[in-house]
Amino acid sequence: MSKTTAVDVRVDYVSRVEGHGNILVTAQGDQVKEVKFEVTEPPRFFEGMLRGRPFEQAPLITSRICGICSNGHVLASIAAMESALGITASEQTSLLRRLLLHGETIQSHVLHAYFLVAPDFFGVGSVVPLVQSHPEVVKRALRLKKLGNDVCDVVGGRAVHQIAAVVGGFTHLPTPDELLSLRQRLVDAAPDLQATVELFAGLAMPDFDRPTEYLSLKSAAGYAYFGDLILSSSGDITPVRHYREKVKERVVEHSSAKHCRSDKDTFMVGALARVNNGFQYLSDGAKDVAVGLGFEPPVTNPYMNTIAQLIETVHCVDDAVAIIDALIARSLIPEPPAVEAREGHGVGAVEVPRGTLYHEYSIDREGRITDANLIIPTGQNLANLESDMWALAPVVIPKGADAAQLAMEMLVRAYDPCISCSTHVIYLPVKGEE
Amino acid sequence: MSEAMIEALQTLKRPRVAVFELASCAGCQLQILNCEDELVDLLQLIELAYFKEAMTETSDVYDLALIEGAVTREADEDKLRTIRERAKLVGTLGACAFPVGIPGLKNGHDLEEVARQVYGEHASYFPSVEAKPVDSVIKVDLHIPGCPIHKDEFLRVVTGVLLGRKPPIPGYPVCVECRLKENICAFDRGLICLGPVTRGGCGAICPSYGSRCFGCRGLADDPNLASVENLLEDHGRTREDILAEYALYNGYYALHDGGLKAKVAP
Repeated sequence: MSKTTAVDVRVDYVSRVEGHGNILVTAQGDQVKEVKFEVTEPPRFFEGMLRGRPFEQAPLITSRICGICSNGHVLASIAAMESALGITASEQTSLLRRLLLHGETIQSHVLHAYFLVAPDFFGVGSVVPLVQSHPEVVKRALRLKKLGNDVCDVVGGRAVHQIAAVVGGFTHLPTPDELLSLRQRLVDAAPDLQATVELFAGLAMPDFDRPTEYLSLKSAAGYAYFGDLILSSSGDITPVRHYREKVKERVVEHSSAKHCRSDKDTFMVGALARVNNGFQYLSDGAKDVAVGLGFEPPVTNPYMNTIAQLIETVHCVDDAVAIIDALIARSLIPEPPAVEAREGHGVGAVEVPRGTLYHEYSIDREGRITDANLIIPTGQNLANLESDMWALAPVVIPKGADAAQLAMEMLVRAYDPCISCSTHVIYLPVKGEE
Repeated sequence: MSEAMIEALQTLKRPRVAVFELASCAGCQLQILNCEDELVDLLQLIELAYFKEAMTETSDVYDLALIEGAVTREADEDKLRTIRERAKLVGTLGACAFPVGIPGLKNGHDLEEVARQVYGEHASYFPSVEAKPVDSVIKVDLHIPGCPIHKDEFLRVVTGVLLGRKPPIPGYPVCVECRLKENICAFDRGLICLGPVTRGGCGAICPSYGSRCFGCRGLADDPNLASVENLLEDHGRTREDILAEYALYNGYYALHDGGLKAKVAP
C-alpha cells in the first residue's frame, strides 16, 4: 500500500451488538487520521423518570434501561437503595440475589459467545445459517442460554424484568423442589459446557495486545460479583462509595453514551477484567477450563473477553450449585420485605455481565427520589475501546479495508457493548457537586 | 407452537418477518431469542428479514414488521413511515411501542430541563421530544403487549397473524386471571394494583410473585370501572392514586385522548 492511499472504514449500525453504534476509521497510507465509535442510540433521559418516584420503584424503572442485564440493574439499584435506607440484607436474601445474578450472567455470556461472536468465525452473518449447517451447535447454545434464564425464572419469576427481588428482600421464594430440579440441570450441563470450551478453544482469537487498567469489584469472600471495594489491576483500591474519584465521566459529541476515564487513563471492565483481577478465586472447574482455553492471567488481548466470559460461565454454574446447596441446607424461610422510608443517600455496585454497574440515589423523608446517578459498564468501556481501535488500526489497515473492517467489528463485538444501556445513563449532579 | 400450527405454517411461502428497535431496553427482542425451545422451528418457518441485534443481513420487503420501542426523535417518525410502506402488516412489541411504557415517564416534565439534567451544558447534542407510541405515528395492525412481552403470547400471535387469524389477545382485565390463580388481592395486601383496568393475558404474573399490577399491558377493552370504584372506596384510596400509578406505563395516553383519565375522571 502506498503512503498516500486513503483508507476509510465506515460501518453504520454494527450488527450483533445490543443497540446502535457506528465505526469510523480514516487513514492516509499508514497514518491513522481518525478513529471513532459513534453511539447514535436515542437517549431516554431516565432522570426525569426517576425524579419524584417512590424509592421502591427504582429497581423496576431502572431495570428497563436494559433487557439483557435487567437483573443486574435491579440488584445494583437495590444495593444503592438499601445503603441509603440503612438496610443490611439477610444471608438468605444475599444467596438468592447471587443466584439470580448468576442466571443472568450465564444467559448473557452464552448469548454473546454463540450468537454474536461465533458467526464471525464461521464466516456467516448470523446464527440463522448455523441452524442448517451446525444444528448441534445452535441447539447446545439454546440449551445453555435457557438454563441461565431458568435460574432467573425460579428466583425472580421471569428472566427479563424479574419480579420477586425488591428493596428489602424477596416477595416470593422458590420451593425446595424447584431449586433441586434446577440443581440437577446445572450439574447435567457439564457436557454442554465441555463442548462449548472445546468449540471456542478451536477458534483462533485475533492476535492483538494492548495492556490497560482493569477494574472490578473486590469483596472479602471469593470471586466478587458484589462488593464494597473497587480493585484496580494496578493494585490500588477505592471504596465503592467514593467511585467518582476512580471513575470519571465526560460528554463527547459523537456519542450519546458518556465516556469514562479513571484517575490514570482509559480502563476496561467486564469478564476479562474480573478474571484477570480475581483468577485465584474462580471455582476449580473454571480454572481448569481457563487452562484448556489457554488463558493465563493477566491477558491483555481484548478479543479474549469472550473467552473470559466462558470461564465465568463455568464459574457461575459451579457457584449456582453451591448456592442451592447452601439454601437447601438452611431451608428457606419467608422474610417479608418491610422497609421504612427515610431521608438518605447511597451507592451500590454490582458486577453485571459487561462490568461494574454503579447506582447512586438520594431520597427525601417521604422516600421520593431526588437525585440519581448511574454509571453503566459499556459507558466505562467506550473510551478504552477507542484506545484499542487507535492501536489496532495501523496493524489491520495494511491488510485492506475489508480485513480492517472485520477486525474492527470483531473488536467491538468482543467488548459485548450494550449500547442502549449505556445511552440511557442517568446523570443528576449530587448536591454540592458541579 | 402446536403441531397443527407448524403444519399450517409449512403450507405458506416462508413469511418475511422484520424486527426494528426504537427507544427501548431491547428486552422484547431478547424475549424472541429467549424462545429457546421453539427458535429453531420458528427460523425454519419464517424468513428473518431484518433483526439487527442478531444478524448482519438486511432486506426491504416484509410480510410482518415488528417494532420495539417508543418514538422519541423526529427521525423515528420517518423511519416508521418507511417501514409502514414496506410492510404488509405492522405490529408493536412491548409496552414502549404501545402504550409508551417507561420512556413515557419523562412526558409531563420539561423536556429541555430533562436533557440538561443528563448532559449538562452539552444538552443540545442530544435533543429529546415527547415519547410517543408507534400508533400515534403510523397505522398499527396488532399490539403484542407487556413489559416484557410474554414468549408464549409472542409465538401464538405471530403464528396466528401469519395464518390470517385475528390476534388472540384477551380484552378482559388482569383480575380475571389473578382470581383464577387464587392470589390474595393486592388491595387486601395494602397495595394499589392496576389489575382491574389492565389488559389480561399475562397470567397475572406480577401479583402471583408477590407484587402488583403496574399496567404494562395498557388499558383493557372493557376495564371494570365499577369494581375499581368499589375497591378504591373499600380501601380508602382515591382516583388520583390510580391515575398516578397509571402514568408509569401510560404516560402518553394519560396525557392525551383515550386514556384512563378520560374514563375515570372526565
